Amino acid sequence: MLTESQCRKIIDFALACGQKLASKKKPLAIEVSLTGTNVATSRFANNEMTQNQAPSANYLSVRVLKSGRQARLDSLDLSSAGIEAMVKSAVKACDLLEAEDDLLPLPTAAKKSQSTSAVDRYHPPTVKLTALDRAREIGKIIALAEAGKVSAAGVYSSGENFNAIGNSNGLFRYYRETSAECSITVTDDGATSWVKAQSPRYGEVDGALLAERAIAKAHLARHPQDLTPGRYTAILEPAAVLDLLTYLWWDFSGTSHVDKLSCLLEKVGEKVFGDNITIVDDVGSAMQCGCPFDGEGVTRQSINLVDKGVVSALVHSRQSAQRLRNSTHAKTESTGHSLAQPSAMGEMPLNLVIEGGISSIEEMIQQVQGDQEAVLLTRVWYVREVDGATKLLTGMTRDGTFLVKDGAIVQPVRNLRFNVSLIDLLNNVIALGPSIRTAGVEGFPAIVPAMMVKNFNFTEGTRF
Amino acid sequence: MTANIELLELALEAAQHYGATYCDVRLIEQQSELLQTKNMAVAVFNRSQSKGIGIRVIADGGWGFASTQKLSTKAIKQCARRAVEVAQASGTVMKHPLRLADEPTWHATWVSPHLIDPFSIAVEDKVAILLACAKTMMAVSGVTLAQGMMHFIKDQKYFANSAGTRTTQTSIRSGCVIEANTTSGNERQRRSYPCAFGQYEQAGYEMVLRWNLPAHAEEIAQEAVALLSAPLCPQGEIDTIIGSSQLGLQIHESMGHPSELDRALGQEINFAGASFLTPDQRGVLQYGSSIVNLVADATAPGALGSFGFDDEGVEAQCTYLVRDGIFEGFLSSRDTAHLVGLKRSGGAMRAESWNFAPIIRMTNISLQTGAAGSLDDLIANTGSGIYMETNKSWSIDSMRYNFQFSTEIAWEIKAGKRGRILKNPSYSGITPVFWNTCDAIGGDSDYINWGTPNCGKGQPMQTMWTGHGASPARFRKLTVGIAQS
Repeated sequence: MLTESQCRKIIDFALACGQKLASKKKPLAIEVSLTGTNVATSRFANNEMTQNQAPSANYLSVRVLKSGRQARLDSLDLSSAGIEAMVKSAVKACDLLEAEDDLLPLPTAAKKSQSTSAVDRYHPPTVKLTALDRAREIGKIIALAEAGKVSAAGVYSSGENFNAIGNSNGLFRYYRETSAECSITVTDDGATSWVKAQSPRYGEVDGALLAERAIAKAHLARHPQDLTPGRYTAILEPAAVLDLLTYLWWDFSGTSHVDKLSCLLEKVGEKVFGDNITIVDDVGSAMQCGCPFDGEGVTRQSINLVDKGVVSALVHSRQSAQRLRNSTHAKTESTGHSLAQPSAMGEMPLNLVIEGGISSIEEMIQQVQGDQEAVLLTRVWYVREVDGATKLLTGMTRDGTFLVKDGAIVQPVRNLRFNVSLIDLLNNVIALGPSIRTAGVEGFPAIVPAMMVKNFNFTEGTRF
Repeated sequence: MTANIELLELALEAAQHYGATYCDVRLIEQQSELLQTKNMAVAVFNRSQSKGIGIRVIADGGWGFASTQKLSTKAIKQCARRAVEVAQASGTVMKHPLRLADEPTWHATWVSPHLIDPFSIAVEDKVAILLACAKTMMAVSGVTLAQGMMHFIKDQKYFANSAGTRTTQTSIRSGCVIEANTTSGNERQRRSYPCAFGQYEQAGYEMVLRWNLPAHAEEIAQEAVALLSAPLCPQGEIDTIIGSSQLGLQIHESMGHPSELDRALGQEINFAGASFLTPDQRGVLQYGSSIVNLVADATAPGALGSFGFDDEGVEAQCTYLVRDGIFEGFLSSRDTAHLVGLKRSGGAMRAESWNFAPIIRMTNISLQTGAAGSLDDLIANTGSGIYMETNKSWSIDSMRYNFQFSTEIAWEIKAGKRGRILKNPSYSGITPVFWNTCDAIGGDSDYINWGTPNCGKGQPMQTMWTGHGASPARFRKLTVGIAQS
């Protein structure tokens, strides 16, 4: 892992290499990024360790802008000779391309008033976890599984990441973060359950506690029965909500509107979702993780994407903001959500916070009364977009699906395929749980609530 | 080259010094180039290079892996020591001793077949092809976004293990695609060529020239526009011909992944899932109809999943997964082979790069050709039905039973002729039921080994390049259109 001063030294050296190649007639603009990861992952299955990895890497990326052209080169060679050669190659690469009509100069350093409030998600004890510490944590999980006569599989990972960026306009940013993650699948008599937690602080990722929850749920999921497919009220645990809504986030990017691909095309300012849906992108949220600046070093702003069902704003890079300004004359500005440029995707909200409610999952279950039936979903799996315009998604339930009647879970059911429009889903939410930090498998973690949703369309079943 | 081999020897020696009872080392140098165009502009031009070493060891009965991009003597020794420490930690929670299947010791060099090194071609020439396609597509009224992509990767991989194997492999992979998008009201349609997200092969720049993107730009643009006003694909139980690129992905999801032995043994259940193809089903399960023969062939020349040796030094092989419809074999590794009674690994251990430990991955999982002739012959012999082509979305359950796919386009088949275009086609089913309805498989004339460059698996997730050879094939009374219900 590289410290802030090490990153600054490397970035300054690369920028100096670039300036040597510039002239008054042929000025250059250079952006230099460094990213690094040092996260070790211990994997287990069938109640024993199966893989144990401790990879480490630092990546250097150089973007050069010259005469209206831009090129990006990536490398792992951080030696002086390697950096110098890379900058030269990037300058040469620009000469190979046609000039772009609307290429922007690099951003300048942010004024202090524009900076996001400082976030500190670096927890030194988490970095110090060793392979033996992770093995001990896994040993506790396995001991609980063996005591419960079930089989456990999963991962425990820990480590750190950093991002640094500097450019020839004097901008420099550095951010580092620690990470601990544990996910467990428990198999009990053929039925499975799943839990996952992720935090910058390993003390908030308690493998034994997670294992106890997973063991209890797997026991509950044994002997599932078929459920006739159809439209049911669904109670979605937070991981299920997250892995569905992940497919909506890019539709809030300026580029998805420039390219006319977003399902929210020409709907900014309109009521698209239910009154109870409010979504903010906020890297500064206390429960969030992530870098407070974007792929060009611009400070990420907190953006209210949906306000009581109304699509209130998009996120922009400087490029998409300019393109939409030019094409629609809207007063769009960068919101600090650029991916590393140049990028075909443009930008992305990465720090979602969905406003929650007050209903616990138990209270949602209790709401199912009389002749009503509902299906409780632990999580969803292999979600894919079927139709981009209506945001129709398909996917499967997984690791604990239950029929709810008369205010209680009455039966585990075999997994079901669903075909659901996210637009419809966010108009059909009848109860929300408190928002919590949640990690799924389809996208990045976010702050999301459990949701109770009517008319959830299950279209087929499967054999387990 | 000599210096790289010396680094391997250093890593092996250090790992054994620190206590490894087995060790393998991969040093990989990689370069890549990615070009993406949007309409008449270059959206992405990126070149990257990477070099590093990955050390995998067994110590105290457990696996350990560590990697580094620092290639000094000191850094490699530290990396070896770390790998051993990680393995020793694994050993504290092992129940069964690791056992590696025997493999001959190899001293060999392998180079993927290629005619033109893609890195020798000027970027301007590549951009010119993509922009010519964009110009053609944008000239078709109604096209709202024209995109193109070329991607080239070159790996130089040096491998050594403590049993004495020493191999050097060079892999050149090339990929390309063009795509026309149309938007109208509440409709988004897309047509891609040669297939969705790009065709990739172990080949040089000649594959880009062979696929001749400009010759197909207008056709896909016209189809993308036509899809906006086309009738919706009907729902029902319908005889369906699945085109070869879509069938390639169907094979990937419903045969490739379930035949991975680590899944079948429950080792991947926490993320990628498990498999309905359990060891007790070998030689018993009627996976498909009697004309269905599926192989794992790492030796297919030019196919994306080919290699000389896998990432634990096992020679590339071609093995049957399904023969005459019966499930026969798994994709395996040296440490899983004995768990299903195999004497030798099937050679399927692969890692994305030097900084990942290898896991069981698909090679080229391919459907052998049948006797049904060309696509035109298949259509002529089908009477009425639907022909679906080019993947749009894909989803399958975590045991690989229930799947649902949609394709970019379909055509009605009436009286043995291809009729009108149908939009938003989709189909679904249960894997062994689906493959048992296969009653016709095309011959050599339309057989293509499609490359999938982005198969995700493992924790941390790594992507892998796999191949899937297929001709168009017919499936009777397939469930069509349930996605739109």
